[in-house]
Formats: sequence, structure tokens, C-alpha cells
Amino acid sequence: MTTTTSPGVTRRGRAAAAPPAIDPRPRWQPALVILLVWFVVWLFTRGHDTLVLLGRDKTSVMNALNDFRDHMLAGRDTNPLMRITGALADAFRSMVTWLQRLISIPAEPRPVPRIGWLGVTAVATWLGYALANWRIALLTLGTFVSFGLFGYWSDSMDLLIIVGVSVLICVVIGLPLGILAGTKKRANGVIEPVLDLLQTMPTFVYLLPIVLFFGIGAASAVVATMLYAVPPLIRIAAHGIRSVPATMIEVADSLGQTRWQRLRTVQLPIAKRTIIVGLNQTTMAALSMATIASFVDGPGLGKPVLAGLRINDVGTALIPGLLIVAIAIMLDRGTTAASERADVIARGGGLKPPVHRALLVGGGLAAVAALWLSTQKFWAAEFTDRGIGRRIANVADHAVDSVTSSISPFTGSIKDGITYGLLNPLQSFIAESPWWLAFLAIAALAFVLGGWKSFVPALACLAGIRFFGEWHNAMITLAMTLVATLLCMAIAVVVGVAMARSPRTDLAVRPFLDAGQTIPAFVYLVPVLALFGPSRFTGIIAALAYAAPVAIKLVADGVKGVSATTMEAARSTGASRLQQIRKVQLPMARASLVLATNQGLLFVLAMAVIAGMVGAGALGYDVVLGTTRSEEWGKGAAAGITIVLLGILLDRIARRAAEPAPKETQWLSLPRGRR
Amino acid sequence: MTTPADSSALQVRGLWKIFGPKAERLIGTPDAALSRAELQRKSGHVIGVRDVSFDVAPGEVFVVMGLSGSGKSTLVRLLTRLIEPTAGTVVLDGQELTAMDDAALRQVRRDKISMVFQHFGLLPHRKVIDNVAFGLEIRGDNKTNRRARAQNMINLVGLSGYEQNFPDQLSGGMQQRVGLARALAGDPAVLMFDEPFSALDPLIRRDMQKEVIRLHDEVGKTMVFITHDLDEALKLGDRILIMRDGEIVQIGQPDEIIGAPADDYVRDFVADVNKAHVLTLRWVMRPPSSDLEGVGAPTLNQSTIVRTAARTVLAHQGVVRVVDDAGSFVGVVDDEDILRVVVAEQDHE
Amino acid sequence: MQVTQNRPIGALAALAAIALGATACGGGDISKAEQSNASASSAAAANNKCGTINMAVNPWVSYEASAYVVGEIAKSKLGCTVNYKELKEDVSWQGFGTGEVDVVIEDWGHPDLEKKFMKDKGGDGSAEDGGPNGNKGIIHWYVPPWLAAAHPDILDYQNLNKYAADFKTSESGGQGQFLGSDPSYVQFDEAIIKNLDLNFKVVFSGGEAASLEAFKKAEANKEWLIGYFWEPQYLFADVPLKAVKLPPYTDGCQDDPAKVACDYPDTVLEKIFSTKWAAKTDDAGVAFVKKFQWSNEDQNTVAKYIAVDKMDPAAAAKKWIDANPDKVKAWLG
Repeated sequence: MTTTTSPGVTRRGRAAAAPPAIDPRPRWQPALVILLVWFVVWLFTRGHDTLVLLGRDKTSVMNALNDFRDHMLAGRDTNPLMRITGALADAFRSMVTWLQRLISIPAEPRPVPRIGWLGVTAVATWLGYALANWRIALLTLGTFVSFGLFGYWSDSMDLLIIVGVSVLICVVIGLPLGILAGTKKRANGVIEPVLDLLQTMPTFVYLLPIVLFFGIGAASAVVATMLYAVPPLIRIAAHGIRSVPATMIEVADSLGQTRWQRLRTVQLPIAKRTIIVGLNQTTMAALSMATIASFVDGPGLGKPVLAGLRINDVGTALIPGLLIVAIAIMLDRGTTAASERADVIARGGGLKPPVHRALLVGGGLAAVAALWLSTQKFWAAEFTDRGIGRRIANVADHAVDSVTSSISPFTGSIKDGITYGLLNPLQSFIAESPWWLAFLAIAALAFVLGGWKSFVPALACLAGIRFFGEWHNAMITLAMTLVATLLCMAIAVVVGVAMARSPRTDLAVRPFLDAGQTIPAFVYLVPVLALFGPSRFTGIIAALAYAAPVAIKLVADGVKGVSATTMEAARSTGASRLQQIRKVQLPMARASLVLATNQGLLFVLAMAVIAGMVGAGALGYDVVLGTTRSEEWGKGAAAGITIVLLGILLDRIARRAAEPAPKETQWLSLPRGRR
Repeated sequence: MTTPADSSALQVRGLWKIFGPKAERLIGTPDAALSRAELQRKSGHVIGVRDVSFDVAPGEVFVVMGLSGSGKSTLVRLLTRLIEPTAGTVVLDGQELTAMDDAALRQVRRDKISMVFQHFGLLPHRKVIDNVAFGLEIRGDNKTNRRARAQNMINLVGLSGYEQNFPDQLSGGMQQRVGLARALAGDPAVLMFDEPFSALDPLIRRDMQKEVIRLHDEVGKTMVFITHDLDEALKLGDRILIMRDGEIVQIGQPDEIIGAPADDYVRDFVADVNKAHVLTLRWVMRPPSSDLEGVGAPTLNQSTIVRTAARTVLAHQGVVRVVDDAGSFVGVVDDEDILRVVVAEQDHE
Repeated sequence: MQVTQNRPIGALAALAAIALGATACGGGDISKAEQSNASASSAAAANNKCGTINMAVNPWVSYEASAYVVGEIAKSKLGCTVNYKELKEDVSWQGFGTGEVDVVIEDWGHPDLEKKFMKDKGGDGSAEDGGPNGNKGIIHWYVPPWLAAAHPDILDYQNLNKYAADFKTSESGGQGQFLGSDPSYVQFDEAIIKNLDLNFKVVFSGGEAASLEAFKKAEANKEWLIGYFWEPQYLFADVPLKAVKLPPYTDGCQDDPAKVACDYPDTVLEKIFSTKWAAKTDDAGVAFVKKFQWSNEDQNTVAKYIAVDKMDPAAAAKKWIDANPDKVKAWLG
């Protein structure tokens, strides 16, 4: 079918007819020249104008930010914005409290929640069976029982409540926005950059302004979780609606549909599966953010994890951490199975054998009986803590202790090698350059690598970083980010290629990647801290643990996407395994590699704040400082903004430098065709 | 062709589609006369359909044929304004579609025109019966009516028993039957087919072509049928419009197209066609040398297809007389004339 | 499809409603407890009722010890509702105004926050001083005992530069490393180092546990380490860290954070209350918390239960409460 052809496309089409022009000067040559000039000037100017800002020093911009915060706080009862957010905060808080009193905390004057563990577990299990299948029911049963068994019933319920409320709000807000973005190009033009920003922004940076407007506790937890979790839903819903086949839209039009009819009868039903994928992604994102929200007193399993970090006890942090993973698995498998099941039922496959029906009814009655019991009897209301969790925690703690102490000489030499060999020289090069030198050099690099389209945003970001007064820290963070990304990609290529070439490796590695993406970052901070001490390297390891799973998956899927025919052709020429990887698979998976690098960069940067908490200093430290000390709020905000600017800067340069790779997001990280 | 314009089911005048920004400004300028490739090079605009005019008589099966890129799919979409024409008028049943606002156009689409699509365009989340009733639902018919109507249509296309299935449980041919039933359900004045059978395998395609002929005989709808398959065009079309590069090359009845190709392009096109199946005696007969030539020999109508006539002609020694519809003697054919068509065929094979 | 999907949920919701309705008239043991709770609280209301205490729990173990001992006594002896909120110091103070926090049980002195929230210091009046909690806070620069024994002169700041090179790490970029702690603590070390011309660089451990671990490890492995640390802290029982002498604290020498060049003062640790909460004169909980005071030794005992014996803070508090009935009685009397 003929569609509108824009002049640009045809011009490119014509150019393609001529033999492809060979770029006479590869882009890396001028880049190398710039680096060389930078180095030479650095030799003579090193240490001057580096804009070092001591711990408690503040620039006037930071003070202005502080004043702004004070102004907002002072106007808590008069400022209309503050009153709206205050009212919203109250609404969220009372919603969460009501649910907590229902299943998690004592509903005064009752000494226990209104529904006890037995009731909640029975109902959840029954729902698992009714909406999905018996496997999901067993999974649910196991997960809920382990909440109580390990002594984290209340925290687990709290986490589920925060996730549930946030996801509900995500749906209410995100679905209409997704539809809007999917159907209206102009709306998409507005929504897309906002989502970009939300997804580039490290999670901790959210917390600063949110606490200002919504106070500490459940309300902030809900808002932060919602903000973090809603982009995938909007994006994927829009994507789903956009990818409804054109024929279907034509059919609808040819039958004389109105827009609303088209949306209701064609676009939404066809995009339903995709939207459910989005909902699933949103739920997973909500789970991870709800955990982090414990930093602002958000209820949930994040709290015991944090407590474990505070007393440096791996065991204490590990069990709630694993429970979070269990919840993730349960929600992921559960929603997927339920949507598949709903499809089957919708397609008339819902006719159930009598056994199933009997189980459904019997189970339902049993669930209700359990529910009733749990409102009446203490044993069914409160899970008696048998100290199992504590015992396992102690074992885990000892195990980790002995492992860390036995391998610490070895890991210490890795740390020293990378710190002295890579990190320190790079940091001294970038951060000890005068600010104007680094500024010019980075802008010039942006230009030669990505042209005007990356030069202009790069210039704006650099100017912003300079303006907010965190230049030196930004450069230190930049150095760390680069080193971490380099390591991340090295790991991603090695593991990713291995996974792509051997299904067995893939099968073995993938669960760990899934867990690595779900388990809250500060769980593994404890052993890492024990191994490497408070240092930038610890921060880098934390960032790696967070970023590597995503990058590995992208590389593996990209390499796997190289067609079997191409590989056959390569083998037929007698290429060795290494040649196959180097000459065929990696170049053909280039788009995935670029995407992985880009994602790696952003993920590593997102961990800058966590890194700041384990001795890596720089921007991350100032953000933490800002969240914890009121007089440093402005400094923290400036550092937070600087992290975001740094993210945009790196993203733009990497993205343009890798043209013609199309831009994609982590949420749509499907294996893509090559151009 | 001789149909008076005011009684035609569909009347198309000066229809243009040029893709690209501000295309309407090009109409009437010398640029519009440039060839497709030249215009594209010059301004980046792409001509989809260039100055097309034709009429379709009520009850006629009008086939638009062309290779891919000829603009035929664009043309059919212009007829219902699924693509907005750059210039020209389309009049359906005396109503000018090209002058309507959205609401009026929607009403026409609901009541007067239906379309059958190449890739069926069935909604995967709806059962067969709900797919068939879809258009009725959209125009707001009540549930009992539309169910009954849809059931009738399903029976009509021979899918009884499959009402509760989902589209992906049906074969391609059956899916297109659903598409057909959906198009028929609204009882439209005109049915548009956009290469409906090109995604089907040959055997099924033949079945479906027969089905269309049968339906046409039963319901007598006006049909506009797009195809790239000449055999299909010849089999179905009362008249055929051949397009190339967005322009009309020739309009005519099947035997006219084969017998008197308008240019080399069409001649090339029809070269491989099984002429014996299409050509009528009119195209192979020669004028009688005298009124008395072949007196006593069998008489055949000039619109008899060569293949049908062959047995009679070959069985008879000497010429056979050919008469027109009025019965007057217009020419003669002999074995030679028939064999020329049939043998030429075998050479090709 | 909607119907098939929703039917089980709908049915369940209806049954759940019935089951919940039954709690109102049920005869289970919980209902009895509920009734007795309700009557107890109404009885308590007659003479001295106890409402809710929102207890901030700041991120160090000794604080946790105090918070939970107070909280558990209020809960078990007075029937108060106690909400523990794990917050950093600053966030806790902000909570006074919004009603999210009632009590900070161990405050190390925050002139800036006092200025913002205390009426007599010119603030909005949402917070008030609750008097000393009995603990004495001591902050110093410390070195592990082995180092003090091996190089006694290291205990004077004037000799520190001599050893700067020995304190070097991969993080300190050529200078000696000084280990800072949790960003939320009161720390002036960067300014002190700069203003005393010391060749050191502050590297922040990130939290109490990391600092503690570092000092333990330094003592065990005879590593060079100098850093910020404080008492009361249960570590001193095992590893008696030695303080490094800095120019002594004088009044006002820490007023300008950028110009600090003196040691930290010994702090009388205070309780800080939400003004609104503290104004409830007929609340038994308020009266008790106002009266609460205990020693560094008591606090270290409970802190050790928590951090070393890995007890749940509430359980640790209970253990101490059961072992010290007379002290508890004095606070309640």
C-alpha cells in the first residue's frame, strides 16, 4: 500500500542509488586529536580552576535552592501548590493506612489487623488458582507463607500495599496518557521527553523534591513509586496502540467508525496484550522503587534491608531482599499466567472440567472459612515468629563473613589494580583539568562524534553543570561512570556472547540476571563493602551489579538475533569461533551493543547515589547529604540536577555517535532487526 | 461506457492523488504533466493517481488491474476517501463523496460502501459472528437484528457452524469469507475489493473467485475489484481498467483488452493469457466474402468464446457463420482461425 | 469474558464482606481481647490515658536502643500506640511540623535546625527542647589502640602530617585518608583539616556500620586508620579507640561550618519533642517520655544486644526492661 512519502526519505533513497559514499575521515580521528590537545593543555594547567567545592561549601545557586525550599515549607498552609500536594499526600496516606489496618498492622483497638495471615494467604492462593492455575496458586501460597515464616509478614504486606496503590494510580494516570501518546502525534511529542527525563533521572534524585511536597512516609513512597513506574506503562501502551496493523484501522474507517468506536472496539482490544506487558513492567518497576522509598520512611521490606545495611549484617538484609525477589517472581509469573488464562477464557476455552469447578468452589469456601478464622483466632491472625529467619540470617552472615575474609586479599588486588591503573589516571585527567578545558574538550568531542545534534544539548548540559556549581564532583562522577561502563560492557560482551552461543549457559545465567535486576541494590552492598571498604571501587561494583544484567541481556539477545543463515555462511567459509564472534556476530549485533552501552551508562549513573553512600563521594554523596541534612538540601538538589544533566549529556553523545542506531528504551528492549 | 452518467452507481472525474506537502498546488501546473520519476526528482512529490475518470454501472463488476505500484490500491482508497484525493470528484449514487463532511462521509461508509481487504482485516479478539456484525454494531443496529443479519451472511458465504470460532482458527480462504460476509452485512450499494485473494493459495483463490461470481449472481451488487492478476480480472470483470504509473492505460471488456490492446504495455501484459478462454468469435472472425458464404453451416453468436466455439467449428468442414445479437450475419470463422488462437496458446506452454 | 473473569472475585468479595461482618459479633479470642482493649483504654481515659507516640528512629544503634526502650515501656506499661519511624535526623525534625514525628530521643545538637523549628531560637515553634536524656555524647577523631600504642605522638594533631603518607589509600589521592561517617551526622572534618593545614582527605564511609567495621578491621589487621567516631558506642567495650587531640572546643568555634578549626564539644544529648505533642498534659505517655533519662552504660548494653547479639530491637529493649524493673518504675512513678 502506498503511504505518504516525505521528501527527505526520497532524497535519501536517491542517494542510495549511487555507490555509498565512504567517509574519508573516520570520526575517531578528530576525536583523538581533541583528546591529544586536551592532554597537552592538561599537562600545563593541571590543578588550576578545578572548582573544587569542599564538603560544606555552597554556591549562591545552592543557597538560592535552599531559600526556595524554605519558602515552600513556610508556605505549607498557604501556597496553593503545597496545599494540593498536601491534600494528595493525606489521601494517599489514609488509603495506605486503611489497607495497612486491614492486613498489616493492628487495627486499634483490635490487637491484630482486621484480617490475619491465614485469611490473606488463603484468599491470595485461591485467587492464584481462580485467575491463573494451580502452579501459580502454589507459588503464591509458598511466597505468602514464607513472609510469615521468616518473620516479615507485616513488612511484606506493607510493600504489597504500596506497590498495589501505586500501580492503581499508574493505571488511572498512565493508561489515558498512553492512549493519548499512541493516537496523537503532538501529544506524544510532549509526553516522550518527559518520560525520557523521568527514566534518566536516578531514583534517589526523585526523593528530594517529593519529600518536600509530600512529606515523609507512605505518601512520598506512593508518589515516588508511581513516578518511577508509570513511564513503561505509558510507553508500552502507546507502542501497542501505534502498532495496531494499519489494515485494522482501515477496516474500522471503511465501516464508518468514529474515533471513540475505533479506540474502544479495535485499538484497545488489539493492544490489550501489549498493554498487559506494560502493566507487568510497571508492577516490577514499582516493586523496585517501593523498596528504595524506605529511605523516606516508606513502609515495606526495604526497611529491614536498610536496617541490615546499618548494622552491617548481610543476613538481616539478605532475607528481606530474597523475599522481595520472591514477590517479584510471584507477581511476574502470576500476572502473565492470569493474562494468558483470561485470553483462553475470552476465546471460549473457559469450559472447565467438573474437578476444577469443584476445586474452585471448595477452595473458595475454604478461603472464606480461613478468612473468618483469621478474624477470630490469634493463631490465624498473627504468624508466630519461630526465629527461623534469624537463624538463617546468622548462617548467611557467617558464611559471607568467612568468604569475604578469605578472598579479600585477592579482591583487594583487583581493586588496587583498577583504581590505580584506570580510575585514578582517568579521574586526574578529567577532574583535575581546569573546568574550561574539560568544558571545551567535551563539547568539541560531542561535536565531532555526533554533530550539531549532540553538540547543542551537550553545550546546554555542560553550561547547566557549571551553573549549579558541582563541576568538580561531576567530573569525578563522570570518570567513575566511564570506568564502570567500560567494565560493564566488557562483562556484557563476554557473558552475553557466551549466552548467545550456548543455550545451556543462557538457561543457567538468566535466572541470576533476573534476580540481579530485582534484588534491591543495597542488599549486596554489605558484602561488597566488607570486601572493598568504603571506596569509589565499591561504588563501581554496586553500579556494575545493577547495570550488568541489563547490558548482558541486551548483548545476548542481539547476538542471538544474528540470523542462522548468516552464521551458516560464516561457518562455511571456515571461520574460527573467535572469527565468527569478532567478524560476524558482534558487528551484526552492533545496534544491540550500542543500546547496551547506552543503557549501561544510564544505569551506572543511576547508581551514583548508592555509590555515594559507600565511600565513592562526588555527586552521589552530595545527594545523600542533601536528603539527610536540611541546610544541605540546596546542595543535594544541585547535585541531583547535575546527575540528570550528566545523564542527558552522555546519552546524547552516545546516541548520536552511534547513528544510525535508533533510540530505544530499556522497556522495549526487544531484539531488533539490523539495518 | 455508454451508460449515462446520472444513472451510474459510481462516477469518478479527474481524480488525482499526489503525495507530498502542499500537493494540491501542483494540479494544473506544468509539473503535474511530468512523469512520475521526473516529478519525484524535481520536487520530491510522488504521483499516486493521475487524472482518473470512469463510471461504474449499477450491478457491474468493475475490475481495476495493474502491477504493484501502479496506483490501484491508492485508487480504491480514494473512492471511499480512506485516502483524501488531491483533486477530482467521486459521486456515489448521486451523492458527491468528495464534498462531504466527516459525519456525512461516515454515514455513507456505514450504509453504502463496504470493503474487502487483502489481509482480511479481521479483529482477532472477536468471534466470527461478531466480526461479521462489526459494521452493524458500529452503525448502531440493535443486538438481535445484527445477530440475525450476521447469521444470514455467514450462511450465505457458507460458513455455518463456524460462528463461534476466532479468526485465527480458520484457514485463509475461510477468513476471507468472513471478510466477505462482513462487507455484505451492511447491505451496501457498492462493494470494494482490494486484492482480496492475493494472499490465498491458487486453489483456494479459484474457489473464492467462483464464490464472488456466485454472490454477484445472487445479490447483484455493484463491485469494484482490485487485482494484479490478469486471469482473475478476465474471469470476474464485466469491464477492466488497466493502470500503470497512476494512469489509466485502457478501459474495456475482457475480450476488448485481449483483442485490441491499447498499447505495447497491455499487449505484453496479455501475451501469456489463455486467449481461447477469453476471446470471442468477434475477434477471430473475418468478414464474409459474400452474404452467402457458408450457407448451411452452423451459426454461432459473435460473443461466443473461442474455446466454446472450437468443437463446433472443428467438427464442421469449412467455415462457420457468425451472427451478432440481432441475428444478422457479420462474419465467418474456419478451423484455421480457431487453431491460431488455440495453438498459439500451446506454444506458450 | 468479563463475566467469567469477575465472577470468582465478586463472589469472594461478597463472602469476605460476610466474614468481616461476623467479626463484629464473633466470639473468638481476638474479639475478647479487642473488647478488653477497648474497655481498658476507656478506663485509662478516665484517669491517665496514653495516646500515640511517633518515635523517630535515627540511624545509629545507640539511638535505636533508647528509642525502643522508651517505646516498649510506653507500649507495654502504659498502653500507648507507638509508631517507630526510621528517619535521618533532619527528616525527623521536619516531621514535627507535619505531625509525623513526636519524639527525637537522642539529639546531638543541630543549631541550624533549632533556629528553624524552635520558637525561642526564632523558628516556627513546631519543636521544643525535651531536656537531657542522660547520655553524654563525645565526638573525636580516633585511631585504633594498636596505633596509639605504637606511635603515641600520633594522638596530637600537630604530629599528624608526619604520618600522612602512612594513612594513604587508593581513595585519598596522595594525601592521608581520614574516614568520615554517615553524611547525616554532624561533621566538620573537611573544614578542620583545611583550617589546620593537615595533609589529609576525607573519605566518607557512608554509615555507622561501615565506620565500625573499618575500625575493627584496622585494629585486627594493624592497619593505619584515622577517622570520625563517637561515644556512647558499644564498640569501645571491645576496641577502646584512642582520641586524637585537636584544638579544644570553645563556645562559638563551630558556628561557621567553613571556619571550624577546633575539636567537637562534649554534648549533653537531648530529647526533642513536637510542641503539639508535648502540650498534652493529661497524656501518660508524654509524662513518661519527659521523665526518661538513662546512662551511657545502660544504652551500650541494649545497643550490644541489638548489634552484636543480633536481637530484634524490640526484643532487646524488652530484655533490658525485664532486667531493670526498678529503673522503669522510677520513670513511670
